[in-house]
Amino acid sequence: MSKIHVSTSINGDAVEYLCDPSETLLDVLRNRVGLTGAKEGCGSGDCGACSVELDGRLVCSCLVLAAEAEGKEVSTVEGMADGEKLHVLQQKILDHAALQCGVCTPGILVAAKALLEKNPDPTETEVRYWLAGNLCRCTGYDKIIRAVMDAAAEMRGA
Amino acid sequence: MVTEYKEGSVGAELGQREFKVVGTRPPRPDGVDKVTGRALFGADLTAPGMLHATILRSPHAHAKIVSIDTSAALAMDGVKAVVTSDDFVKQGGSGNQDTLDNCMARGKVFYDGHAVVAVAATSVMVANAALKLIKVEYEILPHETDVDAAMLDSAPVLHAGRKFRNIPEGNNANVSGFWEFGHGDIDEGFAKADIIVERSFKTAATHQGYIEPHATLATMGPDGRGEIWVSTQGHYMVRDLSAAFVGMETSQLRVTAAEIGGGFGGKTTVYLEPVALALSKKSGRPVKMVMTREEVFRASGPTTSSSTDVKIGMTKDGRITAGQAKPRYQGGAYPNITAMLGAMTAFASYDLEAVQTQAWNVLTNRPKQAAYRAPGAPMAIYTVESVIDELCQKLDLDPIEVRLMNAAKKGTLSSYGPTFDEIGLVATLEAAKAHPHYAAPLGPNQGRGVSCGFWFNFAGNTSVSMGINEDGTVSVIEGNPDIGGSRASISMMAAEELGIPFDKVRTIVGDTNSIGFNDVTDGSRVTFSVGLATIKAARAAIQNMCGRAAQVWGIDADAVDWVDGAAVPTGHNAGEFPPMTLAEIAADSAKTGGPIAGHHEVNADGAGVSFGVHLVDVEVDPETGFTEIKRYTVFQDAGKAIHPDYVEGQMQGGAVQGIGWALNEEYIYGEDGKLQNAGFLDYRIPVASDLPMIDAVILEIPNPGHPYGVRGVGETGIVPPLAAVANGVSHAAGVRMSELPMSPPRILAAIDGAK
Ligand code: FES
Ligand code: FES
Repeated sequence: MSKIHVSTSINGDAVEYLCDPSETLLDVLRNRVGLTGAKEGCGSGDCGACSVELDGRLVCSCLVLAAEAEGKEVSTVEGMADGEKLHVLQQKILDHAALQCGVCTPGILVAAKALLEKNPDPTETEVRYWLAGNLCRCTGYDKIIRAVMDAAAEMRGA
Repeated sequence: MVTEYKEGSVGAELGQREFKVVGTRPPRPDGVDKVTGRALFGADLTAPGMLHATILRSPHAHAKIVSIDTSAALAMDGVKAVVTSDDFVKQGGSGNQDTLDNCMARGKVFYDGHAVVAVAATSVMVANAALKLIKVEYEILPHETDVDAAMLDSAPVLHAGRKFRNIPEGNNANVSGFWEFGHGDIDEGFAKADIIVERSFKTAATHQGYIEPHATLATMGPDGRGEIWVSTQGHYMVRDLSAAFVGMETSQLRVTAAEIGGGFGGKTTVYLEPVALALSKKSGRPVKMVMTREEVFRASGPTTSSSTDVKIGMTKDGRITAGQAKPRYQGGAYPNITAMLGAMTAFASYDLEAVQTQAWNVLTNRPKQAAYRAPGAPMAIYTVESVIDELCQKLDLDPIEVRLMNAAKKGTLSSYGPTFDEIGLVATLEAAKAHPHYAAPLGPNQGRGVSCGFWFNFAGNTSVSMGINEDGTVSVIEGNPDIGGSRASISMMAAEELGIPFDKVRTIVGDTNSIGFNDVTDGSRVTFSVGLATIKAARAAIQNMCGRAAQVWGIDADAVDWVDGAAVPTGHNAGEFPPMTLAEIAADSAKTGGPIAGHHEVNADGAGVSFGVHLVDVEVDPETGFTEIKRYTVFQDAGKAIHPDYVEGQMQGGAVQGIGWALNEEYIYGEDGKLQNAGFLDYRIPVASDLPMIDAVILEIPNPGHPYGVRGVGETGIVPPLAAVANGVSHAAGVRMSELPMSPPRILAAIDGAK
């Protein structure tokens, strides 16, 4: 099977890779590009652990073919912090202890960032529905929701 | 929110210690790695020359393996090794042999998804293509997946001769275990009752549902030495089992625990690890294995499903006169003791004159169950708490008052044998009674449910080592995978005992060659046992440092005390020398006798049982049977909350898993014995929009068995939700529910049936 050549941008860096036609964006990020922040919890679009942004749109990278990233911009959790400075959402997740095992955390961060870009002042219910595609088995979501609400408030104030 | 406890008792003295670090909420040491994507979980590691392996699994619920032909697969380009059960060493004990047989079927397959052959190849794609070329000839056998049906004489027998307890006459060969607990005269107790309620309940099997699938990377060289990287709750367990299964000495296998993406008991055994190791041994290359979500559901440990009869007698004023429970659990194709734990915990919350529990474990054609958070307790306590609620309803009594009247306390002979020491159930019930939630008004179609919960908590084998660094910082090594912030709480206890700031301590989880043996992270044991060993290790280091100071000062080591992170002279030397800090002593350590370290190894005891009480308000839509959780409050005794955020997190997470168990989650098997919902779409765990905030109220009734009063908190939280939600639904819908999950069709059927 011949491979497909893809030129894309990942977290602002120009990246090229060769992929199989059947490979997902998640496979390529994790296995070819070396960005293992996005996790595979299901491979079927049901858990959100693989969330990334593709041209600013929140997607499950396990449902996107790697070849589809051609000419697009991919943002992953690895691109959220600015050097040593954490993104407000990252800081708030830490401040609220909104993680236990942390395997859902990258997906939750990427999804929450996408929410706040669209809706800087979400209600609790809006946050809960936006994150309904991001499974967390450890926390019961309470502290995650609080962290996202708090981050939204701080980002509005800033 | 933390409620202080102060009363005259041993525990309360403990409760009056002034803590500086313990009880605060510092950021966890692995936090930044986890929010930036840097943390390495099971599937995140690669090795040069690495192969990928996948597994061929049984499509049948029960079959004899007649033959396996792997020749075509082996001949395929890119395939490097194939293993079957023939490639593993036969085990002495039946428990280990069962675990091995579950990793790779030997002679027979016992459930849909049972592993049969594994292939290592240059890519997952090649390995999967090779699986298709393997020919397995099966002789299909009749199967059974239901616990009650498997007990019938007509049921197909899974294993002959596997009964491992005194099984009473009249039980068939699938009954592998029977246990009995209790005290008092049960008939006399029922004779004293004004009212007796007798009911039968069923609960479905649920999965732990950790978001990270099982994953491992194993390497074994021709020198016979091996390395495993793995997402597990216990890397020493992985080492011991994997080494035994491939026939190597324990010392030759080093296992490193990855960051673990959830476990809840489900990662306390091996599935892939020995297989990857055997494939690496055969191929001479590193082998990575990662389960798909479908494999996680089909072949890794769900919990038991249950069928239970309960009978409780009560006087008109709410005193329980007798309690009897008969839980029957199935946990798949191999014997296990979860039913025993159910029988032990069923009535543990109550101080009873007459109580009897009898439990049966039954073998069925389902995956080998694995521990799931307080294994056995949620289903058993659900049945008892449901009947108590019905009695309260019938007698028009307040459900918390009745529980208070019957609550176990210090000195109570527990329903499973031991007499309780200092325990927190009464305080927990009082806190629930006094909470505004309990008095809040309810709307139409709403109901409020209450339930108590209990878990034993375990302690066990633990090793901790710490080095006092020359710059005055401290490096701690523990050997229990950190499943929910334990490196933070261990660092906090080390800092507390040494009298230094939290950020001067770094705790890591060492590999199996770093320190002595550790039991797995289970039984809510880590903060208790590792904490205890850390405090003792710190005390050993302190003793050493006091000796160094004494040496410098030229006084007796006995005349030196440790106060606020420094050695101070005492007795007639008091005030003679200025305090010598940990940093000062450490900086000079080379001159005073060399490196300073402390370590402690113990088979810990005294974990201290834990009780919880949950309050829930639900609303049931009478048109659809859909249940919404409107408000939820958890009250739980933590003994002493080291890091309250993570204690609350355990309480909230446990509650939500229990809510899922009560309302949605279930393993659904077809007539063909195949699992029909092996994915998160059809096996629906609670999502953010299903839930309100989960309020957590921590009580601190110190455990006399721990220097700081700690009790385990990880498991109790999943116990009460099943009955709390069921009781709330029963009130809201006006019908008594007796089967979990209470899915909308089931609730609707109950409502329609009552019309
Ligand atoms: S891995 Fe993509 S949604 Fe679960
Ligand atoms: S923190 Fe473990 S799944 Fe969310």
